[in-house]
Amino acid sequence: MAFFLETLIGGLMAGMLYSLVALGFVLIFKASGVFNFAQGALVLFAALAMARFAEWLPEWLGIADPTLANVLAFIVAGLIMFVVAWLIERLALRYLVNQEGATLLMATLGIAYFMEGIGQAAFGSDIYKLDVGMPKDPVLMLESVFEGGILINKEDFIAAAIAAVLVAGLTLFFQKTATGRALRAVADDHQAAQSIGIPLNRIWVIVWCVAGVVALVAGVIWGSKLGVQFSLATVALRALPVVILGGLTSVPGAIIGGLIIGVGEKLSEVYLGPMVGGGIEIWFAYMLALIFLLFRPQGLFGEKIIDRV
Amino acid sequence: MAREIGDVILDLRNVTLAFGGVKALTDISFDVREHEIRAIIGPNGAGKSSMLNVINGVYRPQQGEIVLRGEHFTKMNPYKAACAGIARTFQNIALFKGMSVLDNIMTGRNLMMRASIPEQAVRLGRAEREELAHRAKVEEIIDFLEIQHIRKTPVGRLPYGLQKRVDLGRALAMEPQILLLDEPMAGMNVEEKQDMCRFILDINDQLGTTIVLIEHDMGVVMDISDRVVVLDYGKKIGDGSPDEVRTNPEVIKAYLGASH
Repeated sequence: MAFFLETLIGGLMAGMLYSLVALGFVLIFKASGVFNFAQGALVLFAALAMARFAEWLPEWLGIADPTLANVLAFIVAGLIMFVVAWLIERLALRYLVNQEGATLLMATLGIAYFMEGIGQAAFGSDIYKLDVGMPKDPVLMLESVFEGGILINKEDFIAAAIAAVLVAGLTLFFQKTATGRALRAVADDHQAAQSIGIPLNRIWVIVWCVAGVVALVAGVIWGSKLGVQFSLATVALRALPVVILGGLTSVPGAIIGGLIIGVGEKLSEVYLGPMVGGGIEIWFAYMLALIFLLFRPQGLFGEKIIDRV
Repeated sequence: MAREIGDVILDLRNVTLAFGGVKALTDISFDVREHEIRAIIGPNGAGKSSMLNVINGVYRPQQGEIVLRGEHFTKMNPYKAACAGIARTFQNIALFKGMSVLDNIMTGRNLMMRASIPEQAVRLGRAEREELAHRAKVEEIIDFLEIQHIRKTPVGRLPYGLQKRVDLGRALAMEPQILLLDEPMAGMNVEEKQDMCRFILDINDQLGTTIVLIEHDMGVVMDISDRVVVLDYGKKIGDGSPDEVRTNPEVIKAYLGASH
């Protein structure tokens, strides 16, 4: 039982991180109808910026305190993501308003490769260590309940907490502020939103900025776990099944989808893995996504698409 | 009536709009005076909606221009139109379906919101005050349209007639000078039509809003409009008071001659 719980919690933690990347997809899709293939590249780019500035800033400014350096690096990386968001809207999306979905998808694919390239040109292509001072030591919990207690990675725990706070914050922002209302309006109906004086361009910049910040948080957390390296961009591919599962248009869907996949991966690996020789973790999510595509293409929480004939 | 019809506020000059080889509007000119109710009528496919979409900037005419309060617009777009005080409703209701009635109407206040995003995020003084002030205004509109009982309902769940009312409410929230109504009574039953007529007349009378109205059904329009433009096959075939239009032989031919 303790082992089961341990696996379950480990899965939830990993799932929270998937959710974070998936959230980036959902935010942009909801607000602009663009399936943003560049979300993974954004994660990589943000993590690279963070890792490099955390290294450069202390050198340039002579900061000795690593926490201060990290905070400054985070702010600088955040600002960079704002600029990136603005540039993407200004240079690409603005000219693609009202185009086919496939066109927009190709555009984001282009943006993805461009970002990966320019990220590595600017920040180098080595593997960087990103140490944001997260405790790496495991902790034992519930020792009184189970024999031997449950072993939890403290780092995972903090990461999941950060992700949860971010998601809660974004949800509140979307539900309770005037800008959030405008964002939801644009997501529902572009034309009507424009006709009541909501500026699409500005809204898109805001959405990409938010997606950029989400990417930054995801990049920092993943980066401090795995090191900042090119493979971070493929984290987005891991989040793809999450989006299919949860529904492309649903923020709660992204979160719950991420948790289901995180838990499913871990549990199936541990309990079914030995029977088929392991490796389930690699394909489990995609298998689940495939089943969903066959039987419930709109995902768990997505809007059902009914075409009028 | 207390309102007095003023000078020309909106002037359309020689507007021609084509989609590929199909001419939707051919050389159409007419004006709209301040505080009046101006109707555009015509049989199906006459170009009424195209006309409204030109005024609103959704379509850009190949020829002609729009003069709004003396200002010339050749490149209008819906956002600019909104900023210039033009609000509209939609024939096929384009509400934000997932949002409540209240939120839908609140979006109409967007142009008047001044607080910055960080202020909104932490609900600092100004953002909060602003939100409350706009909320009060929106509640007035909700009272006016008699939809208090559905304030918190997501609009996607409302019956058609009520959705039309919310659509009108959202446009009203912009406090527009000119209100464009795209078939406000389409698909309604008699009672709903009467309600809608009353709202339109009250808006015009109490707020002085200039109203440009498209309608397929001649009967209602003739009762509430000051002047009527008649379109047929993208051409203007009549323009004048309801009585003038009613007796215009070309109009009679278009309405009775065409089977629709």
